[in-house]
Amino acid sequence: MLVLRHAVKTFGAVQALVDGSIELHSGEAHALVGENGAGKSTLVKILAGVYQPDAGTLLVDGQEVTLHGPAAARAAGIAVIYQEPALFPDLSVAENMFIGRQPLGSARRIDRRAMRTEAAAIFARLGVHLDPARIARGLSIADQQVVEIGKAISLEARVIVMDEPTAALSAAEVDRLFDVVRTLRAHGTAVLFISHRLEEVFALCQRVTVMRDGRQVLSRELAGLVARDLVRAMVGRELAERPPGDQVTPGEPLLTVDRLTREGVFTDISFTVRAGEIVALAGLVGSGRSEVARAIFGIDRYDAGAVTVRGHRLRRGSPTGAMAAGVGFVPEDRRQQGLVMDMSVQQNVALASLGRLQHAGLIRSSAERALAADWAARLKIKYGRLKDPVSMLSGGNQQKVVLAKWLGRKPAVLIVDEPTRGIDVATKAEVHHLLVQLARDGVGVLMISSELPEVLRISDRILVMREGRLMTELAHAEASEEEILSAATGQATAGVPAPGQAGGER
Amino acid sequence: MSTALVSQSERPPAPAGTGARKLTERAFRIRESGIIVVLVLFVAVTASIQPRFLNITNIQFILVNTTVFALLALGETMVVISRNYDLSVGSVLGLSAYLSASLFGGHPGFPIPLAFLAGLGIGLGCGLANGVMVAAGRVPSLVVTLATLYIFRGIDILIVGGKEVVANSLPSAFLEIPKATVLGIPVIAIAVAVVIAIGAYYLRSYRSGRELYAIGSNPDAARLAGIPVGRRVFVAFTVSGAIAGVAGVLWAAQYGTIDSTAGTGYELQVISAVVVGGVAIFGGSGSAVGAALGALLLSTISSALYVLGISPFWDQAIFGLLLLLAITLDRFISVRLTAALRSRGARHE
Repeated sequence: MLVLRHAVKTFGAVQALVDGSIELHSGEAHALVGENGAGKSTLVKILAGVYQPDAGTLLVDGQEVTLHGPAAARAAGIAVIYQEPALFPDLSVAENMFIGRQPLGSARRIDRRAMRTEAAAIFARLGVHLDPARIARGLSIADQQVVEIGKAISLEARVIVMDEPTAALSAAEVDRLFDVVRTLRAHGTAVLFISHRLEEVFALCQRVTVMRDGRQVLSRELAGLVARDLVRAMVGRELAERPPGDQVTPGEPLLTVDRLTREGVFTDISFTVRAGEIVALAGLVGSGRSEVARAIFGIDRYDAGAVTVRGHRLRRGSPTGAMAAGVGFVPEDRRQQGLVMDMSVQQNVALASLGRLQHAGLIRSSAERALAADWAARLKIKYGRLKDPVSMLSGGNQQKVVLAKWLGRKPAVLIVDEPTRGIDVATKAEVHHLLVQLARDGVGVLMISSELPEVLRISDRILVMREGRLMTELAHAEASEEEILSAATGQATAGVPAPGQAGGER
Repeated sequence: MSTALVSQSERPPAPAGTGARKLTERAFRIRESGIIVVLVLFVAVTASIQPRFLNITNIQFILVNTTVFALLALGETMVVISRNYDLSVGSVLGLSAYLSASLFGGHPGFPIPLAFLAGLGIGLGCGLANGVMVAAGRVPSLVVTLATLYIFRGIDILIVGGKEVVANSLPSAFLEIPKATVLGIPVIAIAVAVVIAIGAYYLRSYRSGRELYAIGSNPDAARLAGIPVGRRVFVAFTVSGAIAGVAGVLWAAQYGTIDSTAGTGYELQVISAVVVGGVAIFGGSGSAVGAALGALLLSTISSALYVLGISPFWDQAIFGLLLLLAITLDRFISVRLTAALRSRGARHE
């Protein structure tokens, strides 16, 4: 139905796509997997008509087509659902679906009633409940995606590309999305499904294409493959786990949290992070983990308790004080909180070290560049130029920039909140390696993570929170996914849902 | 393919979000009825102090005075809805007012409709210039129209010099235009109301009108959705210019005496009227009717202050206060609305 052959796309010095090829059949869900920076997004944007490839051919129903823009892609029957759809918040749901081609009544007026009826009919077909007349502002991301899918159907799209649609969805929303995809498939639509979550790929798709370094490295039926095969194809090697017995003997206490309480958010949180330790703070989303971290770093206030770093009590509500005491904080949401997206790679890396880089009140650009180049090399950040805006980097590389920013300050304690969310397997492994290396160098690491394999792989001790309270502490050796989950959900191990459903694989 | 999908239909159209819809509709109704409430209150208070405020001549005066601002507000609404600003309308008005009125000076028998056409043409030209720079040059409209605000005014001053058009050089039929009434209502107020109704209807019910909202609501998404963003914005600026040109001729008929300062500072008053009238300053929502009501409110306030014998210097302070109130109210409504919509969305998950 749709065939892309040997597409090439270069941006300046970066060759984003070397040999982008994919073949989609009618009625299949086709997975596209690969590390961040493997060229998936570029390939999607070529299909969407946003980028024009430098070389390569695109066939739709055997006809060669050239997509000059998004409108041409739409006309060719290709629709793209982005991870965070770009709707018009002030317009109604129905209008969002039909913008630019609203059904017309007499005198070329828009026939609102027909538009709403058509939208409602499409939602009914998809089996979802959404009011076509409400405005789009305030819709959940899952509902926004449904609106986009509805739009694709109304356009009679035969190829629907979903670019990491599940990254921001809850388990129930993912299930609903999968039902929608199955309905689409049943009617002959080809769905190209991009995800970092391999279990979703296996649950939903029939065929898979793996990309690595801008090339297609594997494309076949999923049947007969296991997750390990895909991972191997994606990274080109086996992933190493942290060898057991790697843990260093912890040193002096660096961070002590004593009976920290914030009314209605968390209560009586006490723990210690010692030098050379990685302590994980596990628990379900909403259990108060991130809030504790934010309170420690001084972003949020707390009502009672104390935070002590290397013997010095931190002032509450003062991130500057926390930084001066040697605490670094890598927030959960790197786009909103961790980076200044419009600033360059080098400026972002230098942001937390400006005090050291200035001379007579002026920032020395050369020192800034040297610092950034040094850390970029150490963390293997892939970038075009240090002067490029950080928004041009892939998610994994952006996360490395955030890490570099804090490592540049040589922190004694590093708090990382969901350090590997939304980044690919190989970069994930690098981040893990980096955290282990930091601990080995005597840094105390406090890691918040919803991903249990990650928690189990690299942490020395695991603190489990539930509903704002610390439930239990587990040593690396005695911890298991079941044990963490039962503490996090407050249920006996037998009744525990699968990790994916408990928000474990986010 | 979509016909094939119909067979799948097993559930009736979802009723789940109707609560959310009522909520938004109510919010919009509040927004426009809010202006009317403020207007009525203002009139009531003023009239109770000074009954003369409600006499027919004064009401006619207010309506005639509103026409120029309401027209400008219509053009400005189209521009602001698309997340742009037209700061040049005051200068366009001044240029058009002088040039169209001076046509009568040279040729006493010059036909009045042609003067309006000339004003329209002058405004159209100015609007085209703005539109080209914003749409094709991709220069932020705030910068473009700030520049043309000075450029058009500069041209005006160059042409006018120290001269002025005085009322007795204008044909009396022209000066009578603002005075004509039907059933006590000024004819030009009716004409302007009709123009605004047409404009509002266009924005509400035509694709290209709705696309202006889409552009203002999310410019990147508009581009991705294949909306010809540049062309729509270009047209909005051209129309805004053309309307300002016509408003200039009306202005000339109302005041009779035109020098190079005509319309100075109108741009900010017009934007105030538009925002007070409920058009979101960052685009995407609002209506032409609301903007016209905003213009009516502002000129009613000016007149009330005059009637009450309060110094007109208070005008500006009160306009400023209203503007602040309107924007605060908008923020408040939109924050509450978003929260309410979100919680409703969550409930039917």
